[in-house]
Amino acid sequence: MQRILRKILKIGTVTQPPGKAGNKIDLLGEQLNGAIRRHFQGSLAIRQVDAGSCNGCELEIHALNNPYYDIERFGIHFVASPRHADLLLVTGPVTRNMETALKMTYDAVPNPKLVVAVGDCAVCGGEFGCSYASSGKVQNVIPVNVAVHGCPPSPTDLIQGILAAIGTRS
Amino acid sequence: MKFSLNDHFALRIKEAGIAVETMVGHAPSLRVEVSNWARVAGVAREAGLRLVAEWAVQDREGYSVHAAFAKKEMGYVLLKTKLKAEEERFPSLVPHYVAAARMERVIHDMFGLSPVGHPDLRPWIKHEHWPEDAYPLKKEFDAETNMPRKEGTYPFIQTEGEGAYEIPVGPVHAGIIEPGHFRFLAVGEKILNLEERLGYVHKGIEKRMEGREIHSAARLAARISGDATVAHSWAFSLAAEQAIGMEVSARAPFIRGVLCERERMANHIGDIGAICNDAAWSFMHMQCLRLREEMARVHERLFGHRLLMDCIIPGGVIRDLDDEGIEMILDQTQAVAREMTDLFAIYEDQTSIRERVIDSGAVPPGVAQELGLLGFAGRSIEVDTDARRDAAYPPYNLYPPVVKVCRGGDVSARLWIRFEEIQASAHLIRTFLSHIPKGKVRDACPFPCEGNWGFSVVESWRGEIAVWIHFGAKGKVDRCYVRDPSMINWLGLELAVREVPVPDFPLNNKSFNCSYSGHDL
Repeated sequence: MQRILRKILKIGTVTQPPGKAGNKIDLLGEQLNGAIRRHFQGSLAIRQVDAGSCNGCELEIHALNNPYYDIERFGIHFVASPRHADLLLVTGPVTRNMETALKMTYDAVPNPKLVVAVGDCAVCGGEFGCSYASSGKVQNVIPVNVAVHGCPPSPTDLIQGILAAIGTRS
Repeated sequence: MKFSLNDHFALRIKEAGIAVETMVGHAPSLRVEVSNWARVAGVAREAGLRLVAEWAVQDREGYSVHAAFAKKEMGYVLLKTKLKAEEERFPSLVPHYVAAARMERVIHDMFGLSPVGHPDLRPWIKHEHWPEDAYPLKKEFDAETNMPRKEGTYPFIQTEGEGAYEIPVGPVHAGIIEPGHFRFLAVGEKILNLEERLGYVHKGIEKRMEGREIHSAARLAARISGDATVAHSWAFSLAAEQAIGMEVSARAPFIRGVLCERERMANHIGDIGAICNDAAWSFMHMQCLRLREEMARVHERLFGHRLLMDCIIPGGVIRDLDDEGIEMILDQTQAVAREMTDLFAIYEDQTSIRERVIDSGAVPPGVAQELGLLGFAGRSIEVDTDARRDAAYPPYNLYPPVVKVCRGGDVSARLWIRFEEIQASAHLIRTFLSHIPKGKVRDACPFPCEGNWGFSVVESWRGEIAVWIHFGAKGKVDRCYVRDPSMINWLGLELAVREVPVPDFPLNNKSFNCSYSGHDL
């Protein structure tokens, strides 16, 4: 226990305090926090669906939860069921084998719902495109509110995308 | 790439009274009659060889089935057989090698070739809604085909035992992870049997490779499994360079080695955190996430990509490291390794987490050998396989890694070996960067000639990746086969979790951390 406490004290807080000038994440974070307060009573629930990605996008979505970004401080949390979600974060070209599962997940999210397509594959099909095995971009299968480019998009891009999706609500 | 096993194995086959022909090339290959295909596998098994991969190829003359075997420190051997015209079947290798089971199911799904004697030919990648006569890897099949959907069901293994029940999970899981379906047969809270149903992220990568020129194919290879993008790019580049017969500059392999070892460190660190998180220990999770992020930031700064995607290309690497860059990598690697030593001491002290991981999901030792489990999953149960040593590709031919193995094969062993490998990688990075030769890091890649083929392996953080490539007309890829280590390690997970309580499955799944995308292709 002593060692754990010592480590925690030694590392300190790596999350930069909000409002620090020139820090893109925190400026974005403040806007995000404000928008979530206004439109979602302070809490936005996200369900992530991998519809065929290479798992690169998943790594960057995971990074949103690391102590540097700590996206929970802005009121965002990832939930285990689409029934608890306000927003779907969809990655990958939609594979033929995931098409039904993606549609069912979309249907399970209560209305009104938001969808953010994450990564070049989800936005335009990426390297994989449309083929016998892939329906290409997410929009080909379910409606999409906002597209986030990048292969994979950085955590900053992701925060911007989520913010833009909330913006479509106002 | 070491093929010294080739002559040794050719001799063994001859001794068994089987005719064999050697095909000379950059990657030498042995050719046998199709009727002897399974017999040769029997000889391989007796000689203690491990099955690396089995795949099929179609050319103008018809179909051929290929296999690769390996043996510790002796390198690799390629084997090939041509199927007779109009006869779309070959003897199954499953009676000799269990690991061939899913590879042959894929051959059956994709080419319509039948492995005779295969005990379970249920469709694998070809889900129930595919038309039965769709065989995407046949040359006459158009990649753009819009296949109609049909109704169907997948026959899962059933049980009739009293009190036994089924739990279906997925394909969409309750976390930020890839999709796949797990069917548990459970009694009380213990898992009686786990059956995996994969293929959900099949994107047609092998078909998409066909007809691409080399650099475009390399981009696709980098996206086979995002978390192992460096290793996949490297494996593809090595195979392509070997097929062409080109040597990269002396400096390039050192940078490739540094990138691959950094990828290994980052993923092992991420996994240690995630496994601890699955046992509700968020302290370790946060520490590991922090270290991983710090590594990603250095990668972004020096190579322009947080995950180092597309940094290794056929011909070399895209960017060089200057003295300042080398120093930055050295400093950070050392700092991260030191912090992981501290965290290991904390982990060892933590009795509540130790209780969760010790004895959970132990793979029986015989089973691990039998399957040929790869990477840390194998090394945690005394399967001493490491492509860096066994294939000895540069720079590991000059600076071979110290391969650690341990006993146990449980979650605890899979954690321990990761801690060890982080330190070993840090040591390798230091060695590479203090011996790195001067010179350029990228050469123009000559045009591949029609008919050139190459085979290479690379030890990714997850285990050995194998790539076989064949070039066709105009220097374009004719066929590229990739075997991600997950193809084999997924089998290990099924057997590890028997008797494990269902709530401990995520812990075990994370401890293997197989790639869905790398498996499904």
